[in-house]
Amino acid sequence: MNLVKIDKKEWDSGIDALRASYRLFGPVKEKDTYSFAALDAGRTPDFSFANSRLSPKWTLFPQSEEIIHFSLDENSDDHHIMKETEKDTPPRAVFGIRPCDAKSITLLNLNFDTPEYKDPYWVKALETTTFVGLACDTPASTCFCTSVGCGPFNEDGLDILLVDMGDAYVANVLTPKGETLIKSAGWQSKSDAAADLEAKKAEAEARIVSKVSTDHLKSTEIMDLHAAPFWEDVSFACLNCGTCTYTCPTCWCFDIQDEVHGKSGKRFKNWDSCMFPLFTVHTTGHNPRGTKLQRVRQRFMHKLKYFVDKYEKGVMCVGCGRCVQQCPVNIDIRKVFDLMNSYRPEAACTVQES
Amino acid sequence: MQNPYLPYPVRIDDIEIATEDKSLKTFKFVFLNPADEDKFAYQAGQFAELSVPGVGEIPIGIASSPVEKGFVKFTVFKAGVVTSHLHNMKVGDIMGIRGPLGNWYPWDLLEGKNILIVGGGFAFTTLRSSIIYMLDPENRSKFGNIDVVYGARTPGMLLYKNELIEWEKRDDINMHLTIDTPAEGWNYNVGFTPPVTEQKAPQGDDDTYAIVCGPPIMIKFTLPVLEKLGYAHDHIIMSLENRMKCGFGMCGRCGIGKELVCKDGPVFTLAQINTTPREY
Repeated sequence: MNLVKIDKKEWDSGIDALRASYRLFGPVKEKDTYSFAALDAGRTPDFSFANSRLSPKWTLFPQSEEIIHFSLDENSDDHHIMKETEKDTPPRAVFGIRPCDAKSITLLNLNFDTPEYKDPYWVKALETTTFVGLACDTPASTCFCTSVGCGPFNEDGLDILLVDMGDAYVANVLTPKGETLIKSAGWQSKSDAAADLEAKKAEAEARIVSKVSTDHLKSTEIMDLHAAPFWEDVSFACLNCGTCTYTCPTCWCFDIQDEVHGKSGKRFKNWDSCMFPLFTVHTTGHNPRGTKLQRVRQRFMHKLKYFVDKYEKGVMCVGCGRCVQQCPVNIDIRKVFDLMNSYRPEAACTVQES
Repeated sequence: MQNPYLPYPVRIDDIEIATEDKSLKTFKFVFLNPADEDKFAYQAGQFAELSVPGVGEIPIGIASSPVEKGFVKFTVFKAGVVTSHLHNMKVGDIMGIRGPLGNWYPWDLLEGKNILIVGGGFAFTTLRSSIIYMLDPENRSKFGNIDVVYGARTPGMLLYKNELIEWEKRDDINMHLTIDTPAEGWNYNVGFTPPVTEQKAPQGDDDTYAIVCGPPIMIKFTLPVLEKLGYAHDHIIMSLENRMKCGFGMCGRCGIGKELVCKDGPVFTLAQINTTPREY
């Protein structure tokens, strides 16, 4: 383990030193909630948060991102020829990302960086970003990361994991990118707190009391779960507001839209949501997921079954609890985990709904 | 890194009204950069995103055939925002094409087999691509008997009519054209596609595959006919449609269970479709 001790007195000076070579992002308090924002000069990350209202997935997958631009001016030689919007990608560092949100990046990466196709905007952003995580000492009551393959000290997706030791942070430096950042900040005291770290980790894990079960998700057939009788109950109160999909660190669905001003135009990738009827409606008016039951079922089936079967990397959920906290009608994904995991179809044959 | 969102620039080289009601037009595109044509190497059954800057993109089956060089062709039904805009564009206009996208009819598997093609209405585009491909002198000997059942409401609603008439005259392809109700001067079949399939199509067996493309109502009544003729579900090949944006498996909307219509499809066997949620 490569552990570096950062005395809290050296913290601000290190952050300031990094501004020369990195664009910094971190949690800041805005009104009553925390959000990740660019840390302009004089602004330091505020670590007195349980978790941010939205996940910092937007640092790699912005809610709205220009991907292509073009001219519609027929007098110009290249009119109507679409061009990639080149991104200014200086090194960036995201401070204070929680281990659940860091793990979500590794899951999103399965979608955006595939053997056949690569989303160049995602890939470039990921390459140039260093993630400095903050281990969780005081998880929220809605956190259930430990039962979905994650945890309060999980290292997946991180370059550095910071652990708050009172008057100092211990930085567990996990990757070459992490080493470069630590050097640039001028933090160089070695730490021998490995044993303390393990103890803190065990304490933090013990504080996460909310659990879900996942052991039968893989073995139950897609068609059986799809036809299960509980979807009417699960979706009954849903407003299809889309809050769950916007706050979810692992939701990746997006739309592509053009905007034109005068003679020039841009094409954007925008977050979209499987909760919206427009997401799937055909031009004919036919909608394969036209009812809210179908849409709610799609969201949970995608996260807890289709993803599980397709990638064999567990569920598409990191247990951050945001959707549980923020759903206006209190739909609780933990209950859906249990419904799906405990479901045993009575008969072997399934009848498809049309 | 190849940017899968970035269309190849193309020029509209020709526009042909494809049906008598003018609701379909066939667009012939030429790549502005000749090297892009090689990058666009495709197989019969694939689709592409037609990309109109400032308007949007639509996924459309490729109607030209891999054995036709120098251009690509798409037959487009005027239905929504992008297709309506496209119908008002003119020869010489510049736009984009992204692709080729999706899988294709399983040509390796189909070698040495008899092929039954059942098509209805304007879902004949990738079927045309397939027929041209199989009839190519280089390829015809790779396949057994080829039967084609193709139905439309009226003679004027059949796509690629000149080619259909040419194929009628050949002895290496059995054409079974049909229209819904009798029309003057029509010398072929009369009746909906499913009953004509029942009368004219060859029996199914291990060495015979059916490729079926058409409106949902035609599919609904054709599948029982094929079952009756002895086609096993893994010998019935279909092409699905769903709302799409990216076309390469990332944007998430076209999923049917764990399969994505854009990337894992659009071509599936009925056996595969039977084990996915019917969300198309």
